[in-house]
Amino acid sequence: MSKPTIATGHFTGCFGCHMSLLDIDERILQLTELVEFDKSPINDKKRFDRVVDIGIIEGGCSNDENVEFLRMFRKNCKTLVAIGACALTGGVPAMRNTVPLRECLEEAFLRGPSVIDGVIPNDPDIPIMLDRVYPAHEVVKIDYFIPGCPPSADALWAAIVALLEGREPVLDYELLKYD
Amino acid sequence: MTTATQNGTRKIVINPVTRVEGHGKVTIQMDEDNHVTQARLHIIEFRGFERFVQGHFYWEVPVLVQRLCGICPVSHHLAASKACDMIVGADSLSPTAEKIRRLMHYGQTFQSHALHFYHLSSPDLLFGFDAPVAQRNVIGVIQAYPEVAKKAVLMRKFGQEVIKATAGKKIHGTGSIPGGVNKHLSQEDRDRLAAEVDTMLEWGVEGLKLCKDVTLASAEKLLPFGTFESNFLSIVREDGCLDLYDGNLRAKDADGKIIFDQVKPEDYLDVIREGVRNWSYMKFPFIHDRGQEKGWYRVGPLARINNCDFIDTPIAEEERQEFMALGKGRPIHATMAYHWARLIELVHSAEKMRELLADPDVLRGELTTTGERRDRGVAIIEAPRGTLIHDYEVDDNDQIRRGNLIVSTTHNNEAMNQAVRVVADQYLEGQAEISEGMLNSIEVGIRAYDPCLSCATHALGQMRLLVQLIGPDGTILDERTRG
Repeated sequence: MSKPTIATGHFTGCFGCHMSLLDIDERILQLTELVEFDKSPINDKKRFDRVVDIGIIEGGCSNDENVEFLRMFRKNCKTLVAIGACALTGGVPAMRNTVPLRECLEEAFLRGPSVIDGVIPNDPDIPIMLDRVYPAHEVVKIDYFIPGCPPSADALWAAIVALLEGREPVLDYELLKYD
Repeated sequence: MTTATQNGTRKIVINPVTRVEGHGKVTIQMDEDNHVTQARLHIIEFRGFERFVQGHFYWEVPVLVQRLCGICPVSHHLAASKACDMIVGADSLSPTAEKIRRLMHYGQTFQSHALHFYHLSSPDLLFGFDAPVAQRNVIGVIQAYPEVAKKAVLMRKFGQEVIKATAGKKIHGTGSIPGGVNKHLSQEDRDRLAAEVDTMLEWGVEGLKLCKDVTLASAEKLLPFGTFESNFLSIVREDGCLDLYDGNLRAKDADGKIIFDQVKPEDYLDVIREGVRNWSYMKFPFIHDRGQEKGWYRVGPLARINNCDFIDTPIAEEERQEFMALGKGRPIHATMAYHWARLIELVHSAEKMRELLADPDVLRGELTTTGERRDRGVAIIEAPRGTLIHDYEVDDNDQIRRGNLIVSTTHNNEAMNQAVRVVADQYLEGQAEISEGMLNSIEVGIRAYDPCLSCATHALGQMRLLVQLIGPDGTILDERTRG
C-alpha cells in the first residue's frame, strides 16, 4: 500500500506555523517514514498532478494569487486543514482590515521617513491586493481548524497522527491555544 | 502568469520562489539572440505593518511586530523591545536582562543558521545544483546522510529550547518587554541546556568543517557562482567587534574602506534611504550620499564577518581569520561564501551560549530598568539574515504615531536581484533551451542570501517552479516544471 500523501501551503502569514511543524523535531524523521510529502508547489495550479490525502495550509488571503491557489488546494486535497491564527481569522495581517488599503500602501511606499521618490508598486508582474485579508474558510471549505499563533508542535503532531490513523482529530484542552 | 513580449523577445517567469513571509517571483527577459536583457526578483506580498501598527500602545509592539516573520520572530521581538527601551528611558538594562535577551538571540541565531544550512541549502551543496529533484531536498539529506540530518534536527531543537526557556515559547514568545525581560531562566532549564551546549558547539564546528570542505572542494565553481562586488552594512560593537545584539552602524565599500562607522541607531536616516520600484513590494535601501546606483549594499553573515575587526570568542575568531585570508586583504564577495560566514556565526553563537549558560546573572537579579520617557525609539539588531531597523514615534497616550521598519531581507533586495542577474548571465545567456538545473541555479543564488525566500522550499520539499518560454504571438514554445 502506498503511503498517504501530504501537501502544505503558505498564504499570507509569517511561516511560523510551518516552523512549528518543524518543531516536532526528531518526529520529523518518523513522519518521513509514515507519509510521502507531495512536492506540489504552493501557488501554482500545475503543481498538483494528483489528489493528495491531506492538505495543511497556513495564512489567510490578501491578494488574488492567494485566492487562486487556495482554491487549487481545496480541489486537490481530500482533507484540508487550516492551521494558525492567520488561516483561521486572518490574524495579524488582518489588522489592516480596519484601514483603507490605499493608506497602508501610501504609508509604506510614499510617506515612510526613509523613502525617496516613492511610488506605489503596480507592475503587472505583482499580484493585486484584495480590499481586506480573508480567513481561509471564507474562500474555501475547510475540514479542520487548529488554532494558535502558532499551534504548538504537539498539537500539529496529534492532529496529523489522528488523520493518518483515520480518526477525528480531537485535541486535548492543553493543546488548544488561542494566542 | 506569463507574458509574451514583442519582436522575438521572450520572458521567462519563475513563480513561485517561495519565501517565509510570502512569495517571490523571478522574471527574465531574453532577446531574439538569447541574450539576457533583464532579470528581476519581485517580492509579491505586502502586509502594511507600518500603517496598522499606528494607534497601538508601544508595549504591544514586541509581541505584535514579531508576527512579521515566523523564522526569526526573536529578532523582531528584541528589536522592538530595544526601541521600547529607548521610549521608557532604559538606557542601560540590568545585567540580568541584557544577558537573558542575548541568550535568546544567540539561541535564535543558532537555530536559524542551522535550519538554513542543513534543511535548506545543504541539498544543493551535498547533491549538486542539478541533482535529481527527488533527492535534492531535506528528505534526501535524511536518507543519504542520516547522521548529519539527525544532528541538524537536534541543533535546531536546541536553539528553539533556548528560546522557549528565555521567551516562554518557541515561536512568538513574550519574554522581552520594554526595559528588560519578564522572567529569569529557571535553574532546571539552565542545567538542562548547559549540559548540552558543549555537544552543540562540537556539532557546530563539524558543520562548519563540512561547509568549508564542500566549498573548497568545488572552489572553482562555487566561488565565482553568482558573484559580484558590493558595499557591506552591519552593526559592530564600539571596539569593532562582531556583535549580533547591539552596536552602531558601519559600512564598508567593495575594497574594504570604511564609508561610515559608529553611526548610532537613532541616526540611521542620516545614512540610509529607500528607493521604490513599481515591480516589487519590497523597497530598495541604499547609502544616501552614494545614491541608488552605487549606494546599495549587502547585509547578513557575509557582511558582518567582512565588516567586523575581530570576534570575541576563540574558535569563531580563528575561523574568521582563516576565512578572511581568502580575500587577501579585501572583503570576500563570493555569494556562496555566505554559507561559510553563516556557519562561523553559528559556532560563535554556540560559544556565546556556553558563556551565558555558565553565568549566574541569568538566574537572578533585576529584570527591568526605566528612566526618562521619550517619544521616539529606534533600535538596530543583527537578525540571522542581516541588519534589522525598528523605528517608532509615540504620542502622549503611549500610542504609536508612526512606525518604520527596514528588515534584513529588504536590505538585501538589490543584492538578490544582482545575484539573479549574474546567475542568469552565467547559466541562461545564449541558451535557447532551459534545463531544470538552470532554474535551480537561480534559486541557489537567491537562497544564499535569504533563507526566507527558500524556506518553504527545501525545508518541506515543496518547491516547484514553472518556467515557460513564450513566443511573440503568445504561444508557449517550451515549458518545464520541477518539483
